Amino acid sequence: MSIFLDKNSKVIVQGITGGEGSYHTGRMLDYGTNIVGGVTPGKGGQKSAHGLPVFNTVQEAVDATGATHTCIFVPPPFAADALFEAHAAGITFAVCITEGVPVHDVLKVVAATPGMRIIGPNCPGLISPGKSSIGIMPGHVFKEGNVGVISRSGTLTYEVVDLLTRAGFGQSTAVGIGGDPIIGTTFVDCLREFKNDSQTEALVLCGEIGGSDEEDAAAFIKKHMPNVPIIAFIGGRNAPPGKSLGHAGAIISGKFGTPQSKIDAFEAAGVPVADRPSQIPGLLAERMPAKV
Amino acid sequence: MNLMEHQGKELFRRAGIPVPRSQHVTTADEAASFVGANPGNWVVKAQVLMGGRGKAGKIKFAKNADEAKAVATDIMSSPMPPNRQNPNGEPINSLLIEETLAVAKEAYAAIAIDRATKKPVIMVSAFGGMDIEEVADNHPDSIAKAFVDVSGGYWPFIGRDLAFKANLDKGYHRALPAVLAGLYDLFFRYGAKLVEINPLVLTEDGRVIAADAKVELDDDAIFKNPEFKQWQTTLPMDEDETLATKAGLGIRNFRRFDGTVGTMANGAGLAMGTMDAVKNAGGSFANFLDVGGGADAERVRNCYELVMNHTGAKAFFINIFGGITRCDEVAKGIVEALRTTSSRKVPLVIRLTGTNEDEGRRILAEAGMKPVQTMDEGAAEAVKMAGA
Repeated sequence: MSIFLDKNSKVIVQGITGGEGSYHTGRMLDYGTNIVGGVTPGKGGQKSAHGLPVFNTVQEAVDATGATHTCIFVPPPFAADALFEAHAAGITFAVCITEGVPVHDVLKVVAATPGMRIIGPNCPGLISPGKSSIGIMPGHVFKEGNVGVISRSGTLTYEVVDLLTRAGFGQSTAVGIGGDPIIGTTFVDCLREFKNDSQTEALVLCGEIGGSDEEDAAAFIKKHMPNVPIIAFIGGRNAPPGKSLGHAGAIISGKFGTPQSKIDAFEAAGVPVADRPSQIPGLLAERMPAKV
Repeated sequence: MNLMEHQGKELFRRAGIPVPRSQHVTTADEAASFVGANPGNWVVKAQVLMGGRGKAGKIKFAKNADEAKAVATDIMSSPMPPNRQNPNGEPINSLLIEETLAVAKEAYAAIAIDRATKKPVIMVSAFGGMDIEEVADNHPDSIAKAFVDVSGGYWPFIGRDLAFKANLDKGYHRALPAVLAGLYDLFFRYGAKLVEINPLVLTEDGRVIAADAKVELDDDAIFKNPEFKQWQTTLPMDEDETLATKAGLGIRNFRRFDGTVGTMANGAGLAMGTMDAVKNAGGSFANFLDVGGGADAERVRNCYELVMNHTGAKAFFINIFGGITRCDEVAKGIVEALRTTSSRKVPLVIRLTGTNEDEGRRILAEAGMKPVQTMDEGAAEAVKMAGA
């Protein structure tokens, strides 16, 4: 069944006429995503480069197309505004690709958009292989299957998924939740969905230093998913404290966010932690057969 | 971006948080003339971002113009002593001259962003004037916390509640809710990641005053306040951040370490993973570098030169997973960068996989380079080349 996204999900793109938005809209269409239009204020009534209708507002787009999902490609100062506009128009699922959104903007958005699931910001989006993709993930690396993937990073996810695909483990849905300190959807939020997904039989979690999202995930697994085969990986294990490495959220402050705390938590939940991505397929194979 | 004490206190003043009477000066002569015109008990404090000013002898007292001139000259005569994070210390370019307070009690108050609840968290403790991490270790129950719903915002009951829960001296009880109101206002108005008062002083005559100010602003929100852009140029920049900016990278995309394998990858997660891979292969990494999305020749050359000119790398490991980034474009970038760079050369290991991989490999092969297939293989090879 996959989570969050399937073939029928109707998607609009906010920022569809911008460089990034236009390019990735084309890629998503190629993958089979059901994109029904886009929004660029002032360009309503035009067609996008892909022949899709462009609307002035999200409300107009929703009224005309019945869209429920949005993918946001607008610059950082306008990202929160775009999310609030989507919520006001009744969108229930938003992916925010934008990197560098002020953290206070995100605090306000997550506090005041009930009923709308937000992935990101600063994320690569998500993909339900063989069905649909929202964001910037390279579709050709993925293969439909029964392993759910949750990750805080982009390229590291592709690396891990590529290894899984080559080893015969296809994926149900892969979610890049984003590298910022405050994000709309956490590991635990994704776990809740995967837990109820009939297609998903195993999980791979790619965490990194900073925050306590991985520890929370480990506690959830211990309590609610003790018998599901799950493998974890923690990026940035050799990073020094006090400095963000690339992702604003990848920072060890004091005793918080250290790799050891995350590894301990996963191991206490019976989740093996791979030392390197290349070990993940092997650890998974010990717990379930690959379906080549 | 961390602010200096005098800048933080300027923001405190605007938000109505009581701060000591003070004057910000940049020379010993200015210090002397201010104290000369305003005789009394003054404390002269170096304005730096590094901690440990007191221990370093960079906070001193003066009662008259002569004393002010002498201590100001002394404080500014040498930089802050180096520590692990600041191997070059920090130059002292200005001083804050402040009224001395007759301290009865010291408390702690701060607002930060709590990742788990996705809310601002207000923290108050009766243990003021000491490192809050030590307090959290030794007296974890002494820190009272309140998580604020941003829709409703801050209301005085939250401050009253925290004063009781933290067991603050009665003298704080009336003032604390208003101090926290100011702190919350400033936290939101300027998009801060952290605002901290340590210590929040209760004076002998019953006043509650912020004796120090720590404000960390969100780099991503500085565009909202042009004034901060101005402040940013005067603040001592982290050297790695300066180098990253000059190379056209984001400020978080480059960081130096003391190892021998230079690294470059596309994407922060993969770049961290690359460092981990070098370590796993028994080597030591010279840097973290996320080249970002498009890796054209100019970008690759800038990154290569950044690592060659500013680290002790003896080998260079380029780790690219072509997702959106196409391997053939990266390969062209690498070949062109190496052809045109004037930097020193070290053995190069390239791992190139993903979109248009075959074409990328062909381009590298034509230039006499042979890429490896996996990250582990590349890391092992680079560690060997660097001679451990």
